[in-house]
Amino acid sequence: MLSYITRRLIVAVPTILILIILSYVLMFAAPGGPFARERPLPPEILANIEAKYGLDQPYWKQVWDYVVNIVVHFDFGPSFKFRDQTVNDIIGQGFPVTLTYGLWAFFFAVTLGVTLGVVAAIRQNTWIDYLAVGLSVGAQVLPNFVLAPILVLVFALWLGWLPGGGWNGGAWQNVVLPVVALSTSYMASIARIMRSSMLEVLNAGFIRTARAKGLPMSRIIWRHALKPALIPLLSYLGPAFVAMITGSFVIDIYFSTGGIGQFFVNSALHRDYSVIMGITILVGVLTIVFSLIVDLLYAWIDPKIRY
Amino acid sequence: MVFPSAATVDSLTETQGRSLWADARTRFWRNKAAVVSLFVLLAIALFAFFGGFVQAWSNAEIDWTAIGTGAAVNGRPSIASGHYFGVDQEGRDLFARTVQGVRMSFLVGLVGAAVAVIVGTLYGAIAGYVGGRTDQVMMRIVDVLMSIPFMFVLILLLVIFGRSIVMIFVGIGLISWLDMARIARGQTLSIKNKEFVEAAVAIGVRPLTIILRHIVPNLLGIVIVYASLLIPGMIITESFISFLGLGVQEPLTSLGSLIARGSGQMQYGTLWMLTYPLFFLITMLYAFFFLGDGLRDALDPKDR
Repeated sequence: MLSYITRRLIVAVPTILILIILSYVLMFAAPGGPFARERPLPPEILANIEAKYGLDQPYWKQVWDYVVNIVVHFDFGPSFKFRDQTVNDIIGQGFPVTLTYGLWAFFFAVTLGVTLGVVAAIRQNTWIDYLAVGLSVGAQVLPNFVLAPILVLVFALWLGWLPGGGWNGGAWQNVVLPVVALSTSYMASIARIMRSSMLEVLNAGFIRTARAKGLPMSRIIWRHALKPALIPLLSYLGPAFVAMITGSFVIDIYFSTGGIGQFFVNSALHRDYSVIMGITILVGVLTIVFSLIVDLLYAWIDPKIRY
Repeated sequence: MVFPSAATVDSLTETQGRSLWADARTRFWRNKAAVVSLFVLLAIALFAFFGGFVQAWSNAEIDWTAIGTGAAVNGRPSIASGHYFGVDQEGRDLFARTVQGVRMSFLVGLVGAAVAVIVGTLYGAIAGYVGGRTDQVMMRIVDVLMSIPFMFVLILLLVIFGRSIVMIFVGIGLISWLDMARIARGQTLSIKNKEFVEAAVAIGVRPLTIILRHIVPNLLGIVIVYASLLIPGMIITESFISFLGLGVQEPLTSLGSLIARGSGQMQYGTLWMLTYPLFFLITMLYAFFFLGDGLRDALDPKDR
């Protein structure tokens, strides 16, 4: 187990470093620096600004300082476009918003998806099963940038029940549509995975034994079938969790939530490199860390896996 | 002991001699959803190819009577005005624009699938066949690339090198082969110890020839299946990027940017700007999904 953790860390750390260096190299490959203007700045002023941001140093020194600042001080540096904000400020402002609706979306996707999958598996080949399979196929293929306009059209424009955007400090009315738009396709995938793994478990020998003993079906599901059926789901949930808590650009942009995706796309349009890199690295690190955690959980829950 | 005559042996082998592909074909034609999807996709492909000859307006012309407030009146979808799908908010013909968008989606799907099939299959087959340390290093590289959040890197690429079709293809090409490489490697591992490979090794065929002549043809079934399942994902990726306004630039367009523009206009009573591109995107996605599903049932012996 310990050697497995070490081996995973040996892969994870270089991955993060490669990500940082790759983004930095890409940034230098870009034509025109962040301070390029229509009317070029006088060279003295440009030199002063570049000295302030450390851009006059050799490249390797810049990358080194950048990495050290992130690792040691958790400091992603200043924003190149918004002079009074650091990247940390921007992440600190956007991340809680994304985290809020991301966690809700994750909660709903898992509870509803698992329930739907289990019910479909128990009532295999009945109308409930067909409905569940139909729903999940339908929702899985629908990308959220298709779902979001439809939701706004129906619930904000035609019915007028919910606001079509804005965050409003996280009032529930504002959170509902982003959560639905974000969680639907994940819920569908979860239901599909859950249904097939539940079917497999229900056909296993130990379930037949439990039935032969005369246990009621509900007890069989809760005590015996659910836990082994959840295992295949786990490997899907890790990446899905990161994808949800880092939100989706579409949700942030479309509903103007002020989440991290909105900052990312705005910085991308304004070529605010330090913000883009900061968010990319943050998401990358989260992805890697969570997939590590999921793998460890996997090893802990499933006794069949030995490392 | 009575031996069967030569004639009966011949007739026996003839009836048994159904190839894997013939088998797959019969299974595929029995799957109604997949067959319907195939024809729907053919129809949309015809639309994309020949729509340009049917359109009454080009995508660059502006209908000045159907702009601004006129859009809701003169820009409605109608046969008489020549705007079969209506106009967009700049008074351009939406039929012509949709043809453009559908072409873009097909192109992205084809390029992505091609990269996945060529690069992914070869990479996976080589890693699996050579094995040992080479395999370890090659698959570690795939692991590392897979754990990078690619949507972010793709946007980074588009921002830094400018928004263009080429950059989108490069970005999609970078991601698309990873899954395929893993699948091809796994399949290669199970093939490479079979007798026909052993025979090829025994008569001294060079490793690269073995991979190309003996391994890759046996991977084809599974490769086709996963390529078709990858296509909707790539179409979604491109439309997603374009929806955010980071994809291809005007006058080029894509279904994603048409949807974004249409949904920005929907409170002004010009709903067709959203519904037509949306209809084509959703139809394509479902059709590719069911087609891939049907191909998997037909070609992937594991799921039978």
